[in-house]
Amino acid sequence: MRTDFAFVGVMLVTAALLMGVTLIAASLLRPKKPSKAKLETYECGMETVGDTWVQFRVQYYILALVFVLFDIEAILLFPIAVAFNSLSFFAVANVILFIVVLLIALLYAWRKGALDWE
Amino acid sequence: MNVINDLLKIIGDFIAGIINSIFSFSPFLADVVTMGLAAVILCTFAALSFMGLTYVERKVVARIQDRVGPNQAGPLGLLQPLADGIKMFTKEDTTPAAADRWVYNLAPLVIAVFALTTYAVLPFAPGVVGTNLNVGVFYIIAIGSGSIVAIIMAGWGSNNKYALLGAFRTVAQLVGYEVPMLLNVLPVVMIAGSMGLTDIITQQTTLNGNPGIPFIVFFPLSALVFLISGIAETARSPFDLLEAESEIVAGFHVEYSGMKFALFFLGEYVNALAVAFVFSTLFLGGYAGPVLPPYIWLLLKAAAVFFVFMWLRGTLPRIRVDQMHNMNWKFLVPVSIVHLVVVMALMKLFVTNPAQVQANGGILVTPGVQAAILFTASIAILIGSLVIAARRARIMRLQEEAVLEQRRAENIAAVSV
Repeated sequence: MRTDFAFVGVMLVTAALLMGVTLIAASLLRPKKPSKAKLETYECGMETVGDTWVQFRVQYYILALVFVLFDIEAILLFPIAVAFNSLSFFAVANVILFIVVLLIALLYAWRKGALDWE
Repeated sequence: MNVINDLLKIIGDFIAGIINSIFSFSPFLADVVTMGLAAVILCTFAALSFMGLTYVERKVVARIQDRVGPNQAGPLGLLQPLADGIKMFTKEDTTPAAADRWVYNLAPLVIAVFALTTYAVLPFAPGVVGTNLNVGVFYIIAIGSGSIVAIIMAGWGSNNKYALLGAFRTVAQLVGYEVPMLLNVLPVVMIAGSMGLTDIITQQTTLNGNPGIPFIVFFPLSALVFLISGIAETARSPFDLLEAESEIVAGFHVEYSGMKFALFFLGEYVNALAVAFVFSTLFLGGYAGPVLPPYIWLLLKAAAVFFVFMWLRGTLPRIRVDQMHNMNWKFLVPVSIVHLVVVMALMKLFVTNPAQVQANGGILVTPGVQAAILFTASIAILIGSLVIAARRARIMRLQEEAVLEQRRAENIAAVSV
């Protein structure tokens, strides 16, 4: 069990090392002649106007909230799915009720226009 | 033991044996070296398949669109990936003066590392798997989300308005399409009774009295929705809104060039191939298959799924942002939830295990009959939802047309006065 997850760690480190070596090798091989024009932000040829890191539209927040709702639902449902074969009728009825409540929540969000994108 | 069927396992055991005998003084060190070597092999496999896929994809899409594709470097253009690699290595790499240097430079590394780490749990043949995690499916989806972080890092760190727009779109798209993906993995986990990929494959073979029916027969709707959301998750055409060339130049990787750009590309392709592998594992029976060796079967299935990806890319135009969101939240998610509820009820009603019937009641059926019932239910839900969606679309279209008609009438009236 512990060694199972140890491999994931080894894999992360190995992948990071391999990709890091690739990046370093490329940085040794490639030419490096920076100039002022080259280092400008690539937008449309002229100097950029205004700050990039500005406020963004609120729709993204709303979608993210709906996503969090369903992500948590999924986390709760995965253990149930693993143990599904040994569950009783009553337990499954409860789970279905839980999912239906979430479906109603989705329909409510839909009705309120949270899912509309203009 | 069939030598050809177990070729990968025999080679692996042989190498592990050599390492164990070299590091016989320390079992811990032997373990670490074995795991490190396995990780290097997996990463190399992924990177090489990336090089091959770039060539194959360009060639296939070119043929679909009646072009020739790469044909200059080597016979049939076969050396094209090598030429691309040399170019990527020797191309000058600029970091914009306005960029957030740390975030900007780390982003390609992060996306490539997360993409490669997915391969740690993919079973290639019986006993040939990086690590057989008991939460395999969950792990893949969790690691897959890592690419979202990398894309936000790239978009934010570039300090470029197009890059940031691309990153925002990414958040909304990748995060949204994770929901149908999760909801459609659930039926497979339910019927297999495990999240481990090896267990899921075993359930689809005829070993240990299993029925040996691939899960796509049980859940055709799940397979379809998983495929669609898999394409959206890996941001491939027609869901490549985050790098729409005609709107936001190249999205989050406008500012990248040289090797860093290559790493983004690698992450994208390796992720897409991983989705193809996971799809064939979950729904097509993974390495299970007659006659041919298991690893060949897995590669054939994954190649077939990836061909569908390339086919869609060569055929479909890019969809709009609002269409993308509507498709996900107003179609895939509700349909997946309804499907999940129906599957839960049916699987409790028609059970295959006699012990369960005694414990919980229900009707005892053979796996074949259960598959037939679930298949019929899935297809019924699919057709029903398509009919409802088509009706709704028709009503909305008629409303829009009525508004246009009214405006036209007003315009005519205004002109004639």
